[in-house]
Amino acid sequence: MPKLFSGAEIVFKCLEDQGVSHIFGYPGGAVLPIYDELKNHNSVKHILVRHEQGAGHAAEGYARSTGKPGVVLVTSGPGATNVVTALTDAYMDSVPLVCISGQVPTHLIGTDAFQECDTTGITRPCTKHNWLVKDINDLAEIMHKAFEVATTGRPGPVLVDIPKDIQFQKASYKKLKRKNKLNGASHNNFSQESINELINLMSKATKPIFYTGGGVINSGPKASELLRELVYTTGFPITTTLQGLGSFPGDDNQFLGMLGMHGTYEANNAMYECDLMINIGARFDDRITGKIDEFSPKSKKVHIDIDPSSINKNVKVDLAIVGDVKSVITSTLKTLKKSKPNFIKSNKQKTSKWWEKIQKWRSKRSLDYIGSEETIKPQYAIERLYELTKDKDTFITTEVGQHQMWAAQHYKFNKPNRWMTSGGLGTMGYGLPAAVGVQIAHPQKLVIDIAGEASVLMTMQEMSTAVQYSLPIKIFILNNEYMGMVRQWQELLHDKNYSESYTAALPDFVQMAEAYGCVGIRAKTPEELDDKIIEMLNTDRPVIFDCLVDKQENCFPMIPSGKPHNQMILGPKDKEQNKITGKGRTLV
Amino acid sequence: MPKSKSAYSFAGKKEKLDTHIIVVWVDNEAGVLARVVGLFSGRGYNIESLAVAEIDPKLNISRITIVTTGTPQVIDQIKLQLKKLVPVHKVADFKREDKNVIFKEMALFKLVGNNGKIDKAIKACKKYNAVILDSTNKSKVVQITALRREIDTMAKNLRKFGLVSVSRTGAVAMTRGEKVFK
Repeated sequence: MPKLFSGAEIVFKCLEDQGVSHIFGYPGGAVLPIYDELKNHNSVKHILVRHEQGAGHAAEGYARSTGKPGVVLVTSGPGATNVVTALTDAYMDSVPLVCISGQVPTHLIGTDAFQECDTTGITRPCTKHNWLVKDINDLAEIMHKAFEVATTGRPGPVLVDIPKDIQFQKASYKKLKRKNKLNGASHNNFSQESINELINLMSKATKPIFYTGGGVINSGPKASELLRELVYTTGFPITTTLQGLGSFPGDDNQFLGMLGMHGTYEANNAMYECDLMINIGARFDDRITGKIDEFSPKSKKVHIDIDPSSINKNVKVDLAIVGDVKSVITSTLKTLKKSKPNFIKSNKQKTSKWWEKIQKWRSKRSLDYIGSEETIKPQYAIERLYELTKDKDTFITTEVGQHQMWAAQHYKFNKPNRWMTSGGLGTMGYGLPAAVGVQIAHPQKLVIDIAGEASVLMTMQEMSTAVQYSLPIKIFILNNEYMGMVRQWQELLHDKNYSESYTAALPDFVQMAEAYGCVGIRAKTPEELDDKIIEMLNTDRPVIFDCLVDKQENCFPMIPSGKPHNQMILGPKDKEQNKITGKGRTLV
Repeated sequence: MPKSKSAYSFAGKKEKLDTHIIVVWVDNEAGVLARVVGLFSGRGYNIESLAVAEIDPKLNISRITIVTTGTPQVIDQIKLQLKKLVPVHKVADFKREDKNVIFKEMALFKLVGNNGKIDKAIKACKKYNAVILDSTNKSKVVQITALRREIDTMAKNLRKFGLVSVSRTGAVAMTRGEKVFK
C-alpha cells in the first residue's frame, strides 16, 4: 500500500517538487485545509497580502523579475474574483502564474453556497487553461500540468480550483516526472531555410531595423545576450516595445529608444521608413502600430514569435519564424557567421545613409521638455532618479499612465527582468504589489515603484504587506493630483473638459506612510529633489516618496490616434510644433 | 476622414467574408465546449451552426463541427487560437465550396393538416432522403438530411403545406474518399 496524503498535502508536495519557494495569498473558508498544512512545509514561504489582486500582481512581479512562475493562493468566491484582474494582466503580458483557488465542497457546487462562484467559468477567458479538480486522484497530475502549461510556449496564467472536500480526501502521490522540455519545444521546430531567408533579407536591406519585445525577456537572460550580439554583429538599429526594455542597453548608440504611441521620433520614423523590419518577440500591438493601413508601408516584415497565433494577427508579414527567441537568434548568428563572416563590413556602407537619416531624426531630441526652476517637471524627476540609482542594480515597477510613459522614456535599462510594468491590460495599481513581489525575490536589491498618485491609491493597502515583511520598497509618486493621462487626452481630444480626472481630496502621503509604519518623504522643488531622493535611497525601510510635480505637463512625443508613425506630434520644446499648434491640435 | 475622439484607431477596410467549416477534435471533458464557444464569442468570431458529440468513447474524444464566416485572416486566427487550447487535439478547416468534402445537416418537420397537403409536402421532401418518423391521421413528422440552404428553402416552402414546427442540427462534415484528416 503506498502512503496516502491529503489533498492539501499533495498541493504542497507538488509545490515542493516544482521548486516553489514563495506563494502569495490570503486565507478564507474554502482554503483552510491548505493553510492548515502550511506549517509542515518550511521550504514554502507564504506572503500574506491585503487583497487578492495584490497577491496576483506580487506574483507577477516575482515572476517577471526571476523568470520563475509566480504562485498565488486564494479562497473561493470573492478571493477568486479579486484575483481576476491580475490573471488578465498576466495573460495579456505573458507572465507565468499558477493560481490555486479554494472552492466550496463538490456536493455544494451549483447550489449558490456561501462564497461560491463559478471560478473556472469566470477565469476561462483570462487563463491559458484552468481546472476544477473533482477527483483527488487527479490532483497531483493537474498541479504539475498547471506548472507546465504556465511556463511553456508563450507563458501565461493558469488556475487550479480545488473544492474543500478534495483538500481533505486522501490519495497516493505520484512524483513529478521531469521532462527535459525546452521553453515551448512544441513550437520550436523552425526550418533552416527560414533562417537562410532571414539572412538573405538582412544582407539585401539598406534600411533595416530590429523591433523587439517582451518575448526576448521571456526567453531568458541568455536571449538578451544573444540579441545584443546579433545587433552588434549586424550594425542595425534597434527599437524595443514597452515590455522589451532592458533586453538591449538603453544607453547604447544603436538603440533608438522605445517605439509606439509615446515612443521616440527616431524610432517611429525609422519604423515607417525602413525596408526591412525584424520583429523579435513582439506582437504588433495597436499602441505600437498606429494606423494599421499605413504601418511601415515600404518594408519587408519578418516576425519571430513562439506563439503561432501572433503571426499575421494584426499585421501581415513576409517571413514568419515560429520558435523560441533564444533558439532562433542562436541559429541566425551561427548561419550568419558561417555564410557571411564579413557582414558588418559590407553592411556598414550599405546602411550608412540610413544611419545619417536616423541621426537627423535623433537631432529633434523628441524627449526634451521645457525645464523649470520653480516646479519639478516629472521628466526631470525620473532623470534624477535614474542618475542617482543607475550604479545600483535597480528594479523598477510602475503603475499605469503618464508616469509610466515618462519612466519608459527617461529611465535607461541595461539588463532584462529589471522593468515590470502592466502593458497589455494597463492595470492601475499594478506597481506597488509588483514591487512587493520583486523585493521578495531580490531582498538585497533596490526596488522602486514609479507611481502616479491616482494609480497607487488603488492598491495602497499592500504597504502594510511591505511593512510586515520588512520589504524596503520605494514608492516614488509623481503627484500631479490628476489622472494625468486621462487629463492629457481630455486636453487634446475633448476640448479641455476635465471630466472627473482631478482628485479633489487626496491623502497626505507622508502622514499615510507614517500611519502604515513606513517612511514618508516629500519633495516640492527641483532644488531639494536630489537630496530627498538620496534620503530615500539611504532609508532601509519602505518609503512613500511624494514628489509634487507640474500639474499641466503632457507626455510627448505622441502618435495621435488614427495616425501612422510618421505623423507624430512633438512636445512644446520643438519650435516647428509651436508654429502649427493650432492646426496640430485639430489633427489629434 | 472624421476627427477621431478615440484612443484607438479606426476600423480598417472591410474584406470579403468566406464561409468555412471548422472541425475540432477535443478531449470530452467538462467545460470543453464552453472553451471553444467562449473563444468564438470572446474574440468576436461568428458561429452559424454547431454540432458536437463524442466520437471515440475509448479515447474520450469529441468532434465539434462549427460553420463560421470570416476574412481569410480571421479564419487563420480561429484555427491558430483553437490549436492553443489545451484539450484541443487537431483542427481541420474546409471551405464550403470544397467539392472533396461532404456537408450534411438534418431537420425534423412536423406537418399538420389534411392528407392532401401533407402528401404534397412529403413529395417535396423526397429528394432529401425523407424518412417518416411519426404518423397520425392529422399529422406527420418527417426527417430530411440536406445542405443548410436546401433546408432553409424547404422550411420556407413547406409552410403552405402545414409545416408547424422545425427542429434542425448544425452541419457535420467528412472528407470524400479514403483519406482521413490527420
